Amino acid sequence: MHPVLITIIKRLLLGLFTLFLVSLIIFSSISFLPGDFAQAVLGQAALEDTVAAFRRELGLDEPIFLRYFDWIGGVMTGDFGVSFSGRASSGIDRSRAVIDLIGPRLYNTVFLATMAAIVAVPLSLFLGVTTALFRNSLYDRVVSTTTLTAISIPEFFMAYILVLLLSTFNKFFPSISNVSADMDLAERIYRTTLPALTLTLVIVAHMMRMTRAAIINLLANPYIEMAQLKGLPPYKIIIYHALPNAWAPIVNVIAFNLAYLIVGVVVVEVVFVYPGLGQLMVDAVSMRDIPVVQGCALIFAATFISLNLIADIISIITNPRLLHPR
Amino acid sequence: MSTEKQTENYSAKAEVAQVKTRRSYLYIVLRELKNAPFTAWLGLILTLSYIFVAVFASFLAPYGESQVFPISYAPWSNEFYLGTDHIGRDILTRLIYGARNTIGIAFLTTALSFVIGVSLGLIAAITRETLLDQILGRFVDVLMAIPLLIFALMLLSIFGPSALNLIIIIAVLDSTRVFRLTRAVALNIVVMDYVEASRMRGERLFWIMRREILPNIIPPLVAEFGLRFCFVFLTIASLSFLGVGIQPPTADWGSMVREMAGLIQFAELDIQIAITPLLPAAAIAILTIAVNFIADWFLHKTSGLIDVE
Repeated sequence: MHPVLITIIKRLLLGLFTLFLVSLIIFSSISFLPGDFAQAVLGQAALEDTVAAFRRELGLDEPIFLRYFDWIGGVMTGDFGVSFSGRASSGIDRSRAVIDLIGPRLYNTVFLATMAAIVAVPLSLFLGVTTALFRNSLYDRVVSTTTLTAISIPEFFMAYILVLLLSTFNKFFPSISNVSADMDLAERIYRTTLPALTLTLVIVAHMMRMTRAAIINLLANPYIEMAQLKGLPPYKIIIYHALPNAWAPIVNVIAFNLAYLIVGVVVVEVVFVYPGLGQLMVDAVSMRDIPVVQGCALIFAATFISLNLIADIISIITNPRLLHPR
Repeated sequence: MSTEKQTENYSAKAEVAQVKTRRSYLYIVLRELKNAPFTAWLGLILTLSYIFVAVFASFLAPYGESQVFPISYAPWSNEFYLGTDHIGRDILTRLIYGARNTIGIAFLTTALSFVIGVSLGLIAAITRETLLDQILGRFVDVLMAIPLLIFALMLLSIFGPSALNLIIIIAVLDSTRVFRLTRAVALNIVVMDYVEASRMRGERLFWIMRREILPNIIPPLVAEFGLRFCFVFLTIASLSFLGVGIQPPTADWGSMVREMAGLIQFAELDIQIAITPLLPAAAIAILTIAVNFIADWFLHKTSGLIDVE
């Protein structure tokens, strides 16, 4: 078998194993809940029978590994359990399945993240590469200082400044982006503009700095200097010597920052009251609705791990040293 | 101490006998500061003034931390310089106490994160290639596979949001990054002969960690402390903003933004009112920028990189 294939398979297995361990951590977190949370969820006035039934439903009387396999089996088939909220002490159960809560919001979050990524990725790669090529010029200094300032600003500050400028002083965009399923695409994009713009600004700053550092690192290699000394024209140096080695760092930068989007999305969704997964998770955390929190955390973590996995595999595939083994 | 040597009347005996005056620590610091770039100076001055406000909060603040006045949403005036919030607390006072609480908690968290990360990182580096090192490494890998904010949100929902829980959770999660860095830089030191020699002498693990390795890896760790502080500070501010971090009535910048955010929509009627919620957010941003400037300069000084200049 080709050695690259073996490396990729190893990496895939490692990724799967990490995912397994992460799911184990997320699941077992529920066992650290202090006290009897069946009572806490249902309230002081809950009847003995109701509490007992709820405990049985959660399977608290079964050993933890059985419960884990039960849970993970459900997750595989799209069943994340039932939300804690909507349960009353009287035993009337108005709670909803976690998947019904997550489903539509997941779509909204993916929509928002994609919108931000479509603008942010090309823009920051362009800025990063050009500042690296013309480093120490005035252009580089201005862009670098601006982005250093931008990464130091909390997301919500950026968001509110944009609201102040683009929503209250000039009424370009709505400051609250309440999208719903029956909206047409243009309307949806219009309402999502401000959150997407906030995310874009935050991501571009991070991504541009990392791209710049990666490219500068690359250009410092001896073989680039060698190519310059042999008198190759600059475009040939870039295409034949720099680019094949640049894929891996660039892909890593992109994956890292798309993963960063996951975190940014939580804060930005709350600022703009955008009905997404991040907002759902924050609400669930403040209401201590553990099944919803677990579901959201698992989705975020799985996205994060898969993005890194894809980046690793792409950098293995594009690595010239691995592709042409001696 | 004169460095030029005259070849006539030079005597080796005299030079050896000369009292060596070591440059004092203060002198070295002052000399470095004289050559520091403008951004580093700006960062230092801003950071010092934040620390001053944080330490002397109770003397500087005009009113008590959660003292409530009968007027809510009072405009800027001589009585309330920045007005009052939704339940009638003086905003300037809250901002000043917020400096103490927000910076204090972030600093404690970063310090705890470094205590955990550095000691485990050193142990892993010294006992490299053993089972302990492997276990620590894999464990950290798994913890880092979940985004920090998401993990923190999940743990806070389990243990409940309190200042102590917040400090411990963020410190443990953040220490994974410190662990990675410490282990990486310490690995270059543990292969040195003097570490081997100290092991031969029969020194204990703690001695080797503290006396042989730690002094040699201080510079990158100090720069990292600045960067990690920024990260922790922003994370805690975000969590407080989301309402699951530092809880009221403790004055805190993140929660202040959350409480007053609705005022932004009145920008056209009263610009002062609309800017008020942005003040705590600006306070967060300016401190982070200042610390970043210092860390940047320090990194540049200690790593000897000539890339940026």
